[in-house]
Amino acid sequence: MTEKLVIIGNGMAPGRMLEELFEKAPGLYDVTIFNAEPRVNYDRIMLSPVLSGEKAYEDIVIHGDDWYETHGVTLHKGARVTGIDRANKTVTSAAGVTVAYDKLVIATGSNPFIIPVPGHTLPGVLAYRDLDDVETMLTACRTGGPAVVIGGGILGLEAAYGLKRQGMDVTVIHLSDTIMERQLDPPAAYLLEKALTERGIDIITKANTRQILGTEKVEGVELEDGRIIPAHLVVMAVGIRPSAQLAREAGLAVNRGIVVDDGMQTSDASIFALGECAEHRGICYGLVAPLYESARVLADRLVGGSEEYKGSVVNTKLKVTGINLFSAGDFGEGPDREEIVLRDANAGIYKRLILKDNRIIGAVLYGETADGSWFFDMLKRGTDISEMRDTLIFGQAYQGGSPLDPTAAVAALPDDAEICGCNGVCKSKIVGAITGKGLTSLDDVRAHTKASASCGSCTGLVEQLMVVTLGDAYNPAAVTPMCGCTHLGHDDVRHLIKAKSLKSIPAVMQELEWKTSCGCAKCRPALNYYLVCDWPDEYADDYQSRFINERVHANIQKDGTYSVVPRMWGGVTSSAELRAIADVVDKFEIPMVKVTGGQRIDMLGIQKEDLPAVWADLGKAGFVSGQAYAKGLRTVKTCVGSDWCRFGTQDSTGLGIKLEKFMWGSWTPAKVKLAVSGCPRNCAEATCKDIGVICVDSGYEIHFAGAAGLDIKGTEVLGLVRTEEEALEHIVALTQMYRENARYLERIYKWAKRIGYAEIRRQIMEDEVKRKVFYDRFVFSQKFAQVDPWSERVSGKDKHEFKPMATIGYSQAAE
Amino acid sequence: MNWISIGHINEIPRRGARCVKTPDGKIAVFRTAEDQVFAIEDHCPHKGGPLSQGIVHDASVTCPLHNFVISLETGKALGADEGQVKTIPVRNVDGELSIALGEAALVAAE
Repeated sequence: MTEKLVIIGNGMAPGRMLEELFEKAPGLYDVTIFNAEPRVNYDRIMLSPVLSGEKAYEDIVIHGDDWYETHGVTLHKGARVTGIDRANKTVTSAAGVTVAYDKLVIATGSNPFIIPVPGHTLPGVLAYRDLDDVETMLTACRTGGPAVVIGGGILGLEAAYGLKRQGMDVTVIHLSDTIMERQLDPPAAYLLEKALTERGIDIITKANTRQILGTEKVEGVELEDGRIIPAHLVVMAVGIRPSAQLAREAGLAVNRGIVVDDGMQTSDASIFALGECAEHRGICYGLVAPLYESARVLADRLVGGSEEYKGSVVNTKLKVTGINLFSAGDFGEGPDREEIVLRDANAGIYKRLILKDNRIIGAVLYGETADGSWFFDMLKRGTDISEMRDTLIFGQAYQGGSPLDPTAAVAALPDDAEICGCNGVCKSKIVGAITGKGLTSLDDVRAHTKASASCGSCTGLVEQLMVVTLGDAYNPAAVTPMCGCTHLGHDDVRHLIKAKSLKSIPAVMQELEWKTSCGCAKCRPALNYYLVCDWPDEYADDYQSRFINERVHANIQKDGTYSVVPRMWGGVTSSAELRAIADVVDKFEIPMVKVTGGQRIDMLGIQKEDLPAVWADLGKAGFVSGQAYAKGLRTVKTCVGSDWCRFGTQDSTGLGIKLEKFMWGSWTPAKVKLAVSGCPRNCAEATCKDIGVICVDSGYEIHFAGAAGLDIKGTEVLGLVRTEEEALEHIVALTQMYRENARYLERIYKWAKRIGYAEIRRQIMEDEVKRKVFYDRFVFSQKFAQVDPWSERVSGKDKHEFKPMATIGYSQAAE
Repeated sequence: MNWISIGHINEIPRRGARCVKTPDGKIAVFRTAEDQVFAIEDHCPHKGGPLSQGIVHDASVTCPLHNFVISLETGKALGADEGQVKTIPVRNVDGELSIALGEAALVAAE
């Protein structure tokens, strides 16, 4: 007698399993299928093209009604199974149909996870799982309007793209820092986000949903930070859960999914599980390739074979037209792993292979994925690639090619990209002069175009343009790269950030073809500073790229404790302030109190966990952070000036306080210390500061480029101005010029020596327009910089930084 | 092994670290850009700097005191520097993190 095979579920995995089964042993089983959906088997992966309108339902049907007829399969559509009776070997559906089985396959798939935030049951809030969801979405699209997709994984992004194609205004809300973080490393995620944004999809990362708003139906989504995004439709695509309830109720072994062995058998020898509901060796798969592999194994077992499923390595592609993306294997880093990175900024290509013991263990490809299957094949086979290592990243067709062109980034610049900011010279003018006038040396180019003829910081770029234009005929002087992650020097990077409007660290690393995926402790803080400086309103500070002192707003000491220095404007304090400091010192048992060289008070030896409480007490007395830890404005040292001193010529204390109040909070390439002395006796020691002022009867003599640290150097004179207002404007403009020009960690005296004191005097003292522009840019940037970091942290910002993640006591450790 | 739960991966910033206090001193638990998690002693082999406070890049951390670069996987100093810190086994189950403390902690508890 023919054995009875019953299948619960009619998705792609059992569909494939039956195809294999009918091919191996037609007629061996009498097959009955219960399908909760009222349909035949269709290609669920192709739901996204149906949503975007690129395919119709009919195009994605795998097995039509006739297929079931041909193979004598009884298909119960719209029939949900409600119970399995293992003792009597029967299953029963909600409609009361009971069927006996000899072998049972559970293929109930998975359920979409719905975040239980307030409002999640409102009409218009959907999952994205089956054709019904797609049809509901398409109906909503007819009236248009805003839509929100929660979840920036594969499914969520495909849903967003489909809805956009259907005319909705789409915003994607994603919890993590980068989209598709399970499949993509941050550089590839950057490129994908850029491509989707260009297609009109708004993406908000690091966004947590607080609630879904609406009364009758959904009206919007409110984020944890209070932002409200209007929406007529909300699609939740935040993950799936294996649908294992039926198996659990039947008493089968279930973890996250239904536990199966290598033969896809559950804890009951007559029952098998297949597809997304199954858990094999601890893994629940959600992609089709492994499900098909296990379907083949199950078909073999059902005909008495002994094939074993050993688990799968999976790869991912995104089905968004025009976006090529491939990800496979393990792309984490480790010392025993090596990476090969290829970036082509011009073509928007990023390729990264992760190698271990000369074998590929992971691959991320963006922009050009033709070699994805080749890499994936070698990954699965564990092919030794040492023979082709040098050319591996170029792909299968490319062997023995020439090395990458370091001038590619410059070659890719548009003609109107500004190369020399001082003299306003664009790329086409320089190239035109080189070819038109037959120039062959840097000096010639400087003479004819003025490019790099002022501060000289764009020299590297001009030279690269000469290489691009003249080829091997020109040999540029060697540029010292920023670090091992790039061949570009600091000046080139700074110019290219502006010329190419690069506004994030991943953007810089991709477009300037960084050789590593994540940078290093040298380049990341530098890039973070350059971006903060160049895009004060648009760039979000990358906290993890800051040195610890700038992250916790205190100075780390040799024993891991911290020191805290509040601002004392111009070095002036009061009894109330001193009392507050004394109270803090007592309360927190601060072991050392020291007067600093910058005329303020340093409290040393504070435990990191105490910092917010220390700041809270100091804040109550009116203190703000002295930024004694910052690559930024530190102190403005003053003498008592004309208010008290019999020699004082001007109010040096007042000017010092004005300067400090104007400039505090600004980030600079290296620390900046100022001083104002009331007469040439110079009690405030202004002539060894980064910027100093010596007051004289006729006005204010501004000094710059002094040093009293590793090097000792007296200042240079910038010039004499008449009024306090002029002094402030000149000093601020000079600081801004330094901020925009200097290399990270380069103090003013080194920068000024490199580009020439005369050039600085020309731009600040003589060129009134330039000075005003520098001044205005500094003022604009201060709007975003002048936030007291201590009070921010007292209010709870970055609180994870000041608390241990866990505390393990003796008893717990002993358990 | 004696696994002790320490919290969820999302409590650690990417390319960052958090501390776990134990009877034997602090342990630094790191999360890389790609969500790998490592735990090492929070004590640089050079001069004892708190490694948890360093800049995390790839699977390594640069000590905030004198720029030793320590591999998070092996605990060894990279480049020309020499030295090694103890690594602590860490387990990540769906983001829930646990660490396994060695015998030292167990002895201390008796």
